[in-house]
Amino acid sequence: MNSNQLVALAPLITVTATAIVIMIAIAVRRNFMLSCAIGAGGIIISLFVLAATWQESPVQATFLLRLDKYALFYIALILAAGLAVLGFCYDYFTKRRGENEELPLLLLTALLGASVLAGSSHFASFFLGLEILSISLFVLIGYPLNQARAQEAAIKYLILSGVSSAFLLMGMALIYAQCGELYFNAIGGYINSRQDMNPMVLSGTLLIVIGLGFKLSLVPFHLWTPDVYEGAPAPVSAFIATVSKGAVFVLLLRFFIGTDSYSYTPLLNVFSVVAVLSILGGNLLALLQNNVKRLLAYSSISHMGYLLVALIAGRGISSVWVVESFGFYLPAYFIMTIGAFGVVSVLSTPEEEADDLSFYRGLFWRRPWLAAVFTLMLLSLAGIPLTAGFIAKFYIFTNAADGRLWGLLSAVIAGSGLGLYYYLRVIVVMSTNVDAGAVKPVQQWISTALLTALTVLLIWLGVYPSLLVNAVQSLS
Amino acid sequence: MILPALIGVLLLGGFVAWFSGRLHPGAPHWLAVITLAVEAILLIVPCSAAKQADGLSSAWFSDVYMPWIPRFGIGFHLAMDGLSLLLITLTVLLGFMAISSSWTEIKHRQGFFFFNLLACLAGTVGVFLALDLFLFFFFWELMIIPMYFLISIWGHENRVYAGMKFFIFTQVSSLLMLLAIVALALIYHRNTGIYSFDYFDLIDMTLRPDTAFWLMLGFFIAFTVKLPALPFHTWLPDAHTQAPTGGSVILAGVMLKTGAYGLLRFVTPLFPDAAHQFAPVAMTLGAISVLYGAVMAFAQSDLKRLIAYTSISHMGFILLGIFSWNLLALQGSVITMLAHGISASALFMIAGALQERLHSREMGTMGGLWPLLPKLSAVTLLFALASLGLPGLGNFIGEFLVLQGAFGVDNVLTSVASLVLILSPVYALGMMQKAFYGPRSQHYSLADFSRREWLSLGLLVLTTAWLGLSPQGVLNVSAPAMQSAIAMVR
Repeated sequence: MNSNQLVALAPLITVTATAIVIMIAIAVRRNFMLSCAIGAGGIIISLFVLAATWQESPVQATFLLRLDKYALFYIALILAAGLAVLGFCYDYFTKRRGENEELPLLLLTALLGASVLAGSSHFASFFLGLEILSISLFVLIGYPLNQARAQEAAIKYLILSGVSSAFLLMGMALIYAQCGELYFNAIGGYINSRQDMNPMVLSGTLLIVIGLGFKLSLVPFHLWTPDVYEGAPAPVSAFIATVSKGAVFVLLLRFFIGTDSYSYTPLLNVFSVVAVLSILGGNLLALLQNNVKRLLAYSSISHMGYLLVALIAGRGISSVWVVESFGFYLPAYFIMTIGAFGVVSVLSTPEEEADDLSFYRGLFWRRPWLAAVFTLMLLSLAGIPLTAGFIAKFYIFTNAADGRLWGLLSAVIAGSGLGLYYYLRVIVVMSTNVDAGAVKPVQQWISTALLTALTVLLIWLGVYPSLLVNAVQSLS
Repeated sequence: MILPALIGVLLLGGFVAWFSGRLHPGAPHWLAVITLAVEAILLIVPCSAAKQADGLSSAWFSDVYMPWIPRFGIGFHLAMDGLSLLLITLTVLLGFMAISSSWTEIKHRQGFFFFNLLACLAGTVGVFLALDLFLFFFFWELMIIPMYFLISIWGHENRVYAGMKFFIFTQVSSLLMLLAIVALALIYHRNTGIYSFDYFDLIDMTLRPDTAFWLMLGFFIAFTVKLPALPFHTWLPDAHTQAPTGGSVILAGVMLKTGAYGLLRFVTPLFPDAAHQFAPVAMTLGAISVLYGAVMAFAQSDLKRLIAYTSISHMGFILLGIFSWNLLALQGSVITMLAHGISASALFMIAGALQERLHSREMGTMGGLWPLLPKLSAVTLLFALASLGLPGLGNFIGEFLVLQGAFGVDNVLTSVASLVLILSPVYALGMMQKAFYGPRSQHYSLADFSRREWLSLGLLVLTTAWLGLSPQGVLNVSAPAMQSAIAMVR
């Protein structure tokens, strides 16, 4: 490992160092604000370091990590998302008693895992990153101690994550047994050099897909999603919905392109079926929900289905387009989901989580700005113009139309129509006439600032997306 | 820069009205009026430019282009021709009417109400001006959200259902249109290697017949849902009935015309052969809508629902006229658009006025209202006659021209459609009889028209009379646009 590689790895090293500093700080003195501040500072320094290493890329740091512009872009996105979640966590947990200082620590280790996933080019770093992320999440989900909901959610996630990791390892083992390679590009070379489809490699890939399907909460591996999202604290749900899924999707795209899996038509057919099931299943199941967190969980399932459509379209169109769609969709999805869960987090009190729909009745008249932000986030999730969610959906439409995936497109349209119903229902409940309450809610400055920033970004990307579009064009 | 200003003034005025609602409950009303007045003054500029437009080459007399998303060849392209000018003038006029009819009806959150009203108008003006297909879709969707809020917050007893139905119908059909737009742009890219969503680039493309048919269908479905024509009309009666009066005025008067505008501007010019092949089906749908709307209108006991069904009937004429695709029929469609906008809005305003006084829309509870409300009843009689197509008022000119233009294309359908001349007096005069004549069913003491209502409805009376007696002025404005559209297709 030479100094060039070390410099390229600097963002990851900074995140690790920050985690260690927090550990020491906790040992010295337990102060939630201090830990959060160190965490936030560490993330910001990592972002600066990342900007400094942007010019050096691409760098292959050992076989495990490839830090090219693609990886750096997504690591930056992951770190920014982590920063936002940390901000929401601060406001959420300051009100709660208990020892919360480990929270920023775990967030940072989770960010480390996600960053490793984003830069991974080898099965070993794939698994390592995934496990670091998952183990951090186990504790993060169960964080409010002595709450049955959260404990249940954490145990569900623990067991299912363990099982899916087992599938993943078996798949990796099968592929290794056949190819003798763990490096993505080498696997791709092996597949290309063989004419026929090797059954062991195919089943290995399928097992890996099953393992990843759990993490991405695609149907039929989605059963844990609503329970875990409901049980976890709202900012942590935001983290799972965005960083955890985003990092895995980024890896999946790199895996696909690196191993040239687009030539495996049966695999793409399986993905198509999974995508349709996720879109329709996610939307249909959300129709009956009265719990906002479960509703957002199901909506995230359907969004992953939409993104999968863009991945599948890579069969017929150039992969440059797929990378670009991902590059727009994932930031837009991060903004809207963190914004939506952020609103839930702001409304939650230590006594109860703001997850039932009745919490939101008349929110437009009680807390107009919050309701407006939530409305914009929901409209963006529905794909209405003026929001980033629309441009993201437009990218999916363009990719799928170019790849002539008419069946998948009709599923996307049907899913969007269904989705409208439950998003609108929440907006209607928020606009129900209620006399404006006299009690002034507690001001949460960091969350408010974060929500405002997210809303501005949402509308900016929706009205003038050229900046992000130009940025992601250079990624592939 | 007039064209972006036309949209921007409305949006800005909307925001100002919203915030002023916090300061004083009466402020939003006046701010909305001032915004529309500024808009009307801005319109004088294109009006004078229109006088100089002559013939085919200069049918477009105002054009603005700014690159927006160069990656996809999407630009901020606005342009105005005679048709857009007429429709935007209608929008501004009906905007005044909507504000006037909501003056006392909206009792809470007035700021937000007028914001939604003005935002809806801004979206509609954008639809009429946009010449980049992506931008057109953008404004098309943008119209829907404020209208949805108008219906679901300030509407009547079944407002949530009506608003949801309206939104989902329109949204799903728009997604089909988005698919068609994206496919069209991708085919253009495949042919030429450049990405473009611009109207003038995509018009000259030659498409394979089956591709053209499916793409045309995508557009057609979106526009016939908005129009509305059978069988996609089911959202209209609920939405119109449950919306507040200002919302109904905008919905019936202006938003339905966006569907007709889309058919005129996009469906036939972009897919001439496919539209020509599909014309018999479309004209049949139009003729059936005409008759169906009239028959259903007669069956209603709710006044607003009756007027909603008459809208379906009149818009059927427009569908019939557009797909006949000759100058007479197209001019007839344009006049019908304007005349129906005025008469339907007037009728909705009257229904709203009645609902404010009687707290009911059921015609069964009305009866013998004429002696109590002479001015209101007289104006209602005038607009009922306009609705049934009495010569001398605007609707007659439109229907006459459409029937004349369509007769050369398909005389059987035209004869069938003209049966409505028997059916529409039935519902119009039936409505008059039930509500205004006959014995008084209850004792009331009611206030007749206030000065504000008299002023606004009087303006509409004068406009429809002018349109009916001297339509040549309007026809001159729209003629270059219609002629150039016909020439473009040949």
